[in-house]
Amino acid sequence: MRGSGVVTAGSGRRNTLPGFGLTMGLTLTWLSVIILIPLAGLFLKTFELSFAEFANIVTSRRTLNALKISFGLAFGAALVNLVMGSIVVWALVRYRFPGRRIFDAIVDIPFALPTAVAGIALTSLFAQKGWLGAPLAELGIKVAFTPLGIFIAMIFIGIPFVVRTVQPVLIDLDPEIEEAAASLGANRWQTIWRVILPSLIPALLTGFALAFARAVGEYGSVIFIAGNLPNVSEIAPLLIVIRLSEFRYADATAIAVVMLIVAFLIILVVNRLQYWAQTRIPVH
Amino acid sequence: MTIELTNITKNFGAFAALDGVDLKIADGELLALLGPSGSGKTTLLRIIAGLDWPDGGDVSFDGENALKRGAGERQVGFVFQHYALFRHMTVFENVAFGLRVKPRAIRKDEASIRARVKELLDLVQLDWLADRYPGQLSGGQRQRIALARALATEPRILLLDEPFGALDAKVRKELRRWLRSLHEEINVTSVFVTHDQEEALEVANRVVVMDKGKIEQVGTPGEVYDYPATAFVHGFIGESVVLPVNVAEGRVWIGDQPLNITAPNVGGPSKLYVRRHDMQVGSESIGLRGAVRHVRSFGAIQRADIAVCAGGNETLIEIDTPRDHALRTGETVELHPRRFRIFAD
Repeated sequence: MRGSGVVTAGSGRRNTLPGFGLTMGLTLTWLSVIILIPLAGLFLKTFELSFAEFANIVTSRRTLNALKISFGLAFGAALVNLVMGSIVVWALVRYRFPGRRIFDAIVDIPFALPTAVAGIALTSLFAQKGWLGAPLAELGIKVAFTPLGIFIAMIFIGIPFVVRTVQPVLIDLDPEIEEAAASLGANRWQTIWRVILPSLIPALLTGFALAFARAVGEYGSVIFIAGNLPNVSEIAPLLIVIRLSEFRYADATAIAVVMLIVAFLIILVVNRLQYWAQTRIPVH
Repeated sequence: MTIELTNITKNFGAFAALDGVDLKIADGELLALLGPSGSGKTTLLRIIAGLDWPDGGDVSFDGENALKRGAGERQVGFVFQHYALFRHMTVFENVAFGLRVKPRAIRKDEASIRARVKELLDLVQLDWLADRYPGQLSGGQRQRIALARALATEPRILLLDEPFGALDAKVRKELRRWLRSLHEEINVTSVFVTHDQEEALEVANRVVVMDKGKIEQVGTPGEVYDYPATAFVHGFIGESVVLPVNVAEGRVWIGDQPLNITAPNVGGPSKLYVRRHDMQVGSESIGLRGAVRHVRSFGAIQRADIAVCAGGNETLIEIDTPRDHALRTGETVELHPRRFRIFAD
C-alpha cells in the first residue's frame, strides 16, 4: 500500500529503519549545497536592482518575447512529445518486431548526445539545402533559423522523458484489465480510451513535466537552429547569456528569476495534477 | 444456455494444454472445473469466454457456433482470479462499465444505468461502497464487485477463474456459500475453475475433474467422491490410502499374501485405493494386516500410521478410525477396507 517504507520522524522510539538522522542530514546538506545556495545567490543578486529597475527589465519587450518564445514553444513541444511519445511507447511495449531493441535504444540518443552536436546536426538537416530543409523549402516551409526550428529542437531533446517515464508503467499494466474490458463488450478504442489511458495519466503527466522543464532550460541545441533574432527567435536562456556577456549581471539574474518562478509554478501545477490522479488510483 | 465443447485442443508451443476435450454444460448448471495446476482448466474457461482460441474443435452456445464471435459478443460474464478491476474508476463506475460501452443505439439512459448498478450492488450487498475505489476494498469485497461488474450486462453464461483463490480461509468459506445462493437466485449457467476439491464438491452441482489437458471424470460431487472413475480422481479427491497389489485371475495379492477380495476387471500390477475413513480396524480378516506405529487422537476420531507389509517393502498408510476401539502403538491389527477400488498401473 501507499506509504509503506516511509519512516515518520521524531517518534523517539527505536525504529526498524535506522539511519534517519544521518540520511536526512546528508540530504539537507547536499540539496543546500547543490541547489538551494546557488538559487539563493540568484535571488540575492537581483536585490542589487530596485523594484522599478527589476520591473523595467522583465517587462521590456525583448524579455517578454524571449520568455514567451521559451515557455510557449516548450509547452507545445512537450504536448507533441506527450502524444507522439505515447505512441512510440505503445509500439515498443506492445508489439514484437525486428529491430525493436534498436529503436528502444535510439530513444535515449537525445539524452546522451552533446546538445551542441544535436543542434548542429538539426541545423544542417533543416538548413535551406539540408536533406529535410530542401524539400520543405520547396513547400515554402522554412525551419532553420525560425521559431519552428526551436520547436523541433525542443521536441528532439524532450522525447526520451515521455517514453522512459511511461514505458515501465505500461509494461506493468495488467493485461487482464484489457481482457476484462473486452469481455464486458468494450471495443478496442473504448478499452484504450477508458481503461488504459487513465491508468497511464500519472506517468504521462510526469513525462510531460520533465520534457517541458528540459525544453524550457534547453540552450545548446536550440541556439544553433534558432537564428536568435531578438523578439522573433531569441529564447530566454540566450538572452541571459547575452546580458552576461554585456556584464549586465543583475539584468541576467532578473530574467533568470522570472524563468525560475514561472517554471516552478508550472511544475507545481503538474505535480498537483499528478497527485490528484494518483490518489484516484491507489497503488496496489 | 447450454454450452457444447467438442474435441477441443490447444497447444502452447510443445505443451498440450488441452488434448481432445468434450463437454456438455446444461442450462442453469453450476459446474466446477477441478484439477491441479497445468491441467488445462483455466485454458478451457478462457476458450469458452473467447479470451483464447482453440487450435482445434468446436464451441457452441445453444447450438450456435461461438467461435465466430469475439469475447465482447458472446454475452459472457468473466470474473478474473485477481479481479482485474479498473483501479481508476469507482466501484460504481466499474459495475457500470459494461453498460456504458454499449453501442449508442442500444445503450440505456443514465437513469436506467444507475438503477441497474444500484440493483447489482444490492445483490452483492455492497451498495455502501459505491463511491470507493478498488484499492480501498478488501479482497472479498473486490471479488464481489468483480462479480457484480460481470453480471451487469446480463450475461448468458458466468465464468469464474479461481474465484476464491486469493482469499483467506474464512472469507473463502463465506463466499462459497454466498455464491451458491446467488446462483440459485439468478440461475445463470455458471462455470468456475478451482484446484480446491472441497470448493468444487461443496459449491458445484456437477464437477469436471481434469488432468494433463484431458477430462478424467464428469459427475455430481457425490459421484466423483464415491465412485472415482480413474486412479487420478481417487488420488486427487478426498484422502486416499494407496497400496501396491498384484491381480491375477481376479485374485488380489499384496506381496505374497492373498487378500480375500476380488477384482474382476483388472489384471497385473495394480493399486488398491481406499478412503482413509473406509479402512476399518477389526476382527474381520481379509488377510491385510499391519503394525501400528503412531496414534493421534482428536475429536471423534483417532488417526493412526500403520505399516503394511507389501512384498517385502513396508508401506506406511494413514487411516482414520473411531475412538471406541483404542489403538496402541506396536500392536498388529487386521485391516478391512469397507469400500475400495483397484486400478491397474
